[in-house]
This record gives sequence, structure tokens and C-alpha cells, in this order.
Amino acid sequence: MITWIRGLLLWPMVRKEFIQLRRDPGTLVMILGIPAMQLLLFGFAVRTEVHHLPTVVLDQSRTPESRLLIETIVQTQNFDIVGTVSDRAAIEHEITIGHARAAVIISPDFARSLKRGETADAQVLVDAANPLASSAAISGAALVTTVLPGKLADHPVDARMPIDLRVRPWYNPGGESSMFVVPGLVAVMLTITMLVVMSGAIVKEREVGTLEQLVVTPISKASLLLGKVIPFVIIAYIQMTNVLVLGYVVFHVPIRGSLLLLYALSGLFILAVLGMGLLVATFAKSQASAQQLAFGFTMPSILLSGFIFPLEAMPRVAQYIGHILPITYYLDIVRGILLKGSGIDVLWQPALYLAGFSIVTLSISVRRFAKTVE
Amino acid sequence: MNDPAPARELAIEAIALRKTFGTLVAVEHLDLTVARGEVFGILGPNGSGKTTTIRMLCGLMAPTSGGATVVGCDITTDADTLRNRIGYMSQRFGLYGDLTVRENCRFYASLYGLRGAGREGRLDELMQELDLGTRSDQRAGTLSGGLKQRVALACAIAHHPQLLFLDEPTAGVDPAARRSFWKVIYALADKGTTIVVTTHYMDEAAKLQRIALLTRGHLIALGTPDEVTRQFGLPTIEDVFVELQRRDEGAAV
Ligand SMILES: Nc1ncnc2c1ncn2[C@@H]1O[C@H](COP(=O)(O)OP(=O)(O)OP(=O)(O)O)[C@@H](O)[C@H]1O
Ligand SMILES: [Mg+2]
Repeated sequence: MITWIRGLLLWPMVRKEFIQLRRDPGTLVMILGIPAMQLLLFGFAVRTEVHHLPTVVLDQSRTPESRLLIETIVQTQNFDIVGTVSDRAAIEHEITIGHARAAVIISPDFARSLKRGETADAQVLVDAANPLASSAAISGAALVTTVLPGKLADHPVDARMPIDLRVRPWYNPGGESSMFVVPGLVAVMLTITMLVVMSGAIVKEREVGTLEQLVVTPISKASLLLGKVIPFVIIAYIQMTNVLVLGYVVFHVPIRGSLLLLYALSGLFILAVLGMGLLVATFAKSQASAQQLAFGFTMPSILLSGFIFPLEAMPRVAQYIGHILPITYYLDIVRGILLKGSGIDVLWQPALYLAGFSIVTLSISVRRFAKTVE
Repeated sequence: MNDPAPARELAIEAIALRKTFGTLVAVEHLDLTVARGEVFGILGPNGSGKTTTIRMLCGLMAPTSGGATVVGCDITTDADTLRNRIGYMSQRFGLYGDLTVRENCRFYASLYGLRGAGREGRLDELMQELDLGTRSDQRAGTLSGGLKQRVALACAIAHHPQLLFLDEPTAGVDPAARRSFWKVIYALADKGTTIVVTTHYMDEAAKLQRIALLTRGHLIALGTPDEVTRQFGLPTIEDVFVELQRRDEGAAV
């Protein structure tokens, strides 16, 4: 009964927060304007080199020639062979679950065609949900077709015989980077709002002295935090919807999977970032230091998550950091649902990580928050 | 809020209350009783442990050792009930500058469980008692210092607390505003609210029923203002204060 009554104390907190938000045009502009700005900024202008695409091989030829082709492909450094598969269905699976971003398919008559002096067929299939990956694949493949004939000259075949290594994009026939960036923007924006605005709002209460006053009222610390957080969750969903609509209208980003699933899993991500934001709030002594700390989380979230630079193209250490950040997993989820139409059967792993991350950070920060009030 | 209270029941009974921050002893072995309905003052130089004492008595901060019963609640085990029975105006009461006077009061009243028409009625009452009627739709951030303190007081008493802690409520407030503030305080005391207040103004201290003098965390005098001045053989509280500070500085060398 007592906890139930206390639960109701949430509402005054939420209402107060909304009145304050309404009266603070600066924050509102930041919350709603920045996403639009970023959308245009990133949506139009992102291009980078990629190496070491995780690649699976379907070698139906199984000949010295086909093995030489694979070896040459590896030597371009644009591809890393992460496995071999035995049929096309397996390729689709590997790319969908994100295990591989490209696949090399060598037709059964690859060696035979070479020997007969005909055009030998091989295909590079690339996960074009990531346009950087596809450009890497294209340049890698081009390199292979110029280098390989020279190598084959050591073998009893005609060195001038052309090799046709065709790159076929998947999911994203247009190959536009905006397809790739816009869904990522949803993630980046949620990170910024939740971290910077949220942690700032809590630290402000401490700085102004209202926090001490709040803590002496009957509201529980959990309700206090929850009441503080709920308005920002609502704003996060509004932001997300904004970017999705803008992305759809301006950049024709498709929504291939379930919107319901997207909104549900986004909730997990929002919780995870809130956990970080609260953690920042418990460490920061002033609004300025909260902002700096929050940026300390947002910068790596933008740079090391695969939002702009694909993770596999980065140094090992950066990859490790990237794999801790919740945004990395959320990117798989948004891109998966929007561009590939992936379902929960594929996305349960990142979803599980986000849930775990939320539980850990939220419980640490609630505990720390209780102490910092003293 | 209407617990039946025996005539001489204690509002506060602190036993061997102690608080340390690392090696710094903020409050040392404090024994203190305050009767219900009393207007009690905690006095002492800056850093003598007044705020720390009050925060412990509010259940905001756990004592390092010792304990206290405040309006019938143990401060360490029963802080939840305690919070419903006390009001606290902290040394730098933070109003929400972007909320109006009435919105600030409404917010705090709601946190104490006041709802609907009952709450609005109480807000009308507060606006009138504290003479805030004409300001009720002004943003709190644009008020003068004296008015801010009155609004803060309104927020702290919206739920009719049995005991009201006021930590330097009149710091930086002009004499006229101070006088009107104390009028409200004494009106509350007349209605049975126990008041525990800290102040650096000696004219205010002289009018309190009983005072406790703290210096560097130690309680060194307790009684009516007259008793305390007599104990030191000095004419006024202010002289006692200056003497204390002199001793403090001597000790620091
Ligand atoms: N959270 C804290 N962490 C560390 N030290 C603290 C903390 N709070 C208070 N102190 C120290 O404890 C001592 C007593 O502080 P307190 O605020 O209780 O003094 P005060 O009597 O209220 O002073 P003032 O008249 O300036 O308000 C001071 O030396 C202060 O620096
Ligand atoms: Mg103080």
C-alpha cells in the first residue's frame, strides 16, 4: 500500500519536468533541431575506405585455381575469410546475422572455363546495407581481376583469359550511403539526448539545491529518478519517429521489418543509454562537468560504433571499445530491421546485450545516486 | 500527522550523535533534546556542524555513530515515516526558477501526497498566510531574496509538518523581510509546530526559547539565551560568539 502511494508521486515529478521543458526553448531546439541538422549533414556526406570485410566463401569449384583466387582475394586485404559454406542459403544466413559482410561465390566450372579459355565466373556478394563495405568490395574485386591473371600464368592456362569477378550488392541496390547513415542517426541522436540532456537535468537539480529538498520529501529515490527519466524517454521516441519520417521522405530509407519490434527494442537501447546518463550524473559535480563526461561517452559512440566507420575497419582496441558500447548493438538492430527486415530470431543477441547493459548500469547508478545525495 | 502527543513529549532526542567526513569530525558526540512546540536554535561559527546536525536529524545523512529519535521516528531505521512529519528548508533552498510561485508550492505539496481540491485549497491558504497572493504567477527565479525565502517556507510547510527545520532561513534577507519571516515562524510555533533554526543574526538568537552553541562539532553550551550568556559571564550572545571564534582561532594555531 505504501509503495503504491509512493508510486503515484511519480506523476508530480513528470508534470514538473514537462513544464520546465516547455519553458526552456533552448533545450527543445536542441532536442528537435539537432537531429534534423545531423540528418542533412551525415545523410549527404559520408565516405570512407574499408578493409578487412569479414567474408565467407562458397567454393563450388574446389580446384587449385579456385584456391588461388581465394588467396588473391585475401591478399588485397579488403577481405578477411571468416569461414567457408556449402550452399547459398548459408551465405544468406551468415550475412543476415551479421557474421559476414561479404561472400565469394565460385561457380563449379570456374577452373574448367579457365582451362577452356572461356570467361571464368566468380561473384562477390556484399552486404550493401553498408555502402562503405560495398565500395571496399568493388575495389577489392577490381584488384583481384588485374592481379590474378598474372598469377595464373604459372599454371597451365592462358594468362590473358579474362576473369569476371562481379560484385553484387545485397539489400541496398542503390548503394546510397544515406541508407546506411540515416538508421544509424536514430541511434546517435538518442545517445546524445539521453546522455547530455538527461544527465545535465539531474546534475542541475543538485547544483541548484533542489535535489536536497527533493530527497527530504517522501518520494523514493527510485521514483525520483524514474519521474525525471520518463519525460526524456517520451522525447526520445518523438525524436526517433522524427528521424524515421524524415529519413523516409528525404532519403527514401525503407522500413522493411516490423516497426513494433523496432520501437520495442529501441526501448532497451534507451534504457541502456539512460543507465549511462545516470552514471554520468552521479559522477559529475557540476553541469559543465556532466556535459564533458557525457561527450566523453558520445564521441566514442559516434566514432567507434560503426555509425560512420565500420567496426571491422578499425584497430583492434577501438573494436573492443566499440563492442562495449550499447550503440554498436543498437545499430545492428536499427539497420537490421529497417534495411534487411530482420526479426527477433536474428536480433535477439544484440537485444540481450542491451538488456544486460541496462540492468548493470541502472543498478549501479541508482545505488551510487543514493550515496551522492548525502 | 495528528498523532496524539503527550504534553512533554520530545520532538528530538539525539544521543551521542557523531559524523565524520574522512578524518574531519563534523559533529562530535552530540546529546540534545528538543521539546514539542519549542523554538530551538542551533548557533555556531561557520563550519561548526550546524547543517550536518540538521541533515542527520532529517534522515538525509546517516550518522557515523550514535542515533536520534525525531518526532517519534528513528532517523536511521524509520526515515520514511519521518519525512512525512517534518519540513526542511535547506541552507540554499532551491526553488525551480522556471516554475511560478504557485507551481513550486504545488509541486512540493504533491510530493507530500496532497491532491486535487484539497491541495489547491491549501495553496490558497499558503499564498494568503505568507502574503504571496499577488506573486503567485510570477516565476520564482525573478523574485527578490526575501520573497524567495517566503516561497521556500511555503513549500516546506505545505503538508503541516510537526517539526520544521530551518537552516539559515534569513541569510541575506533585509531587516523588514526578516521581521515578516519571523512573524510567520512564531505563528507556526503558536499552533504547536516545533521549530529548529540556525542563524548568524544575534537579534534573532536572543528571541529563541533555547539555543545550543556548537563549535567545531562540539556542543559547548545549551539553554535559554540568558543562561548561555551567564555561563560565559558575558553580556550578550554576540560577545559569546566572538569569544568562541577567538578560542577557535587559538585552537587552530
Ligand atoms: N559532504 C561533506 N563532505 C565533507 N565535508 C563536509 C561535508 N559536509 C560538511 N562538511 C564539513 O563538515 C564541517 C561542518 O560543516 P557544516 O556545513 O555542518 O557547518 P555549518 O555549521 O553548517 O557551517 P555554516 O555556518 O557555514 O553553514 C565543515 O568543516 C565542512 O567542511
Ligand atoms: Mg550550514
